[in-house]
Amino acid sequence: MQTVITVMLNGETRALDGPLTVSGLLSTLGLEGRKVAVECNEAIVPRSRYAETWLASGDSLEIVHFIGGG
Amino acid sequence: MDGTLPVEDTWTVAGRRFRSRLIVGTGKYKDLEETAAAIEASGAEIVTVAVRRVNLSDPKAPMLQDYVDPKKYTYLPNTAGCHTANDAVRTLRLAREAGGWNLVKLEVLGPPPLLYPDMPGTFEAAQALIKDGFEVMVYCADDPLAAKRLEEMGCVAIMPLGAPIGSGLGIQNPAMICMMMEQVTVPFLVDAGVGTASDAAIALELGCDAVLLNSAIALAKDPVRMARAMKLAVEAGRLAHLAGRMPRRMGADPSSPLTGLIR
Repeated sequence: MQTVITVMLNGETRALDGPLTVSGLLSTLGLEGRKVAVECNEAIVPRSRYAETWLASGDSLEIVHFIGGG
Repeated sequence: MDGTLPVEDTWTVAGRRFRSRLIVGTGKYKDLEETAAAIEASGAEIVTVAVRRVNLSDPKAPMLQDYVDPKKYTYLPNTAGCHTANDAVRTLRLAREAGGWNLVKLEVLGPPPLLYPDMPGTFEAAQALIKDGFEVMVYCADDPLAAKRLEEMGCVAIMPLGAPIGSGLGIQNPAMICMMMEQVTVPFLVDAGVGTASDAAIALELGCDAVLLNSAIALAKDPVRMARAMKLAVEAGRLAHLAGRMPRRMGADPSSPLTGLIR
């Protein structure tokens, strides 16, 4: 059944079609296979658990990567 | 005996051995091509990198890893921009997940304009990170007591500032740097403050194991040339340290013989 999940994604509110896993989210965003890391509600989501981690409304997500820095 | 650096002149941090004594940042460059060229010219084997949100509106944007190969360079994730212990710990946990590295650079910073190391926050974050299995190279104030305590906690390198981050003021505290160095046995680096090649040479002349810098190269008019200058300066400083400088004296001592002068 289609539901809408409202999450905070990198500081912005986003309405996503659910049900959705972290894997599904990364592929929706075009980030599949990219070297990123994901945090959900201030806890790391290990890469090995992307496919089994379901998102819920109210979740706060951070998707980060490496950039130039000193 | 040709005066060159011995092949075995390496330094080791957290069990990893390096020949270059220059660690460079990857920030503030014009573009990723320039970043790659400058890092190559610097001869650095370790590069610092920042952890930031992916720009979700442009997910296919070129990535640092495409230009600076993590297989060739040791990535040292930092916590630049973190002003609390909790932010720093979260950032490095994400870094470890993104790249699998547990060797990290911790910095917990006070507010602008100084971005001076926040030592209570630094201690708190270091403790949490070490407990979580990280190997922590720590940016810190030029405080000998803090250096000793950070080493006792288990930090793998002590890295005081020579001057505020990005200031390019050079090493303003050589005496304190030397006093701190005597307090610790783990690798000791100057991190922040270097403005030009002579500053980097001074860090090595003082006896630091290595020096960490970013802006001095990235903000030079010709970053690639400055990167090469830094490489040479670090080698020169290291050689001077190994050679052992002459004592300072308050007065002249002629270099030419005083005998055989014409009358």
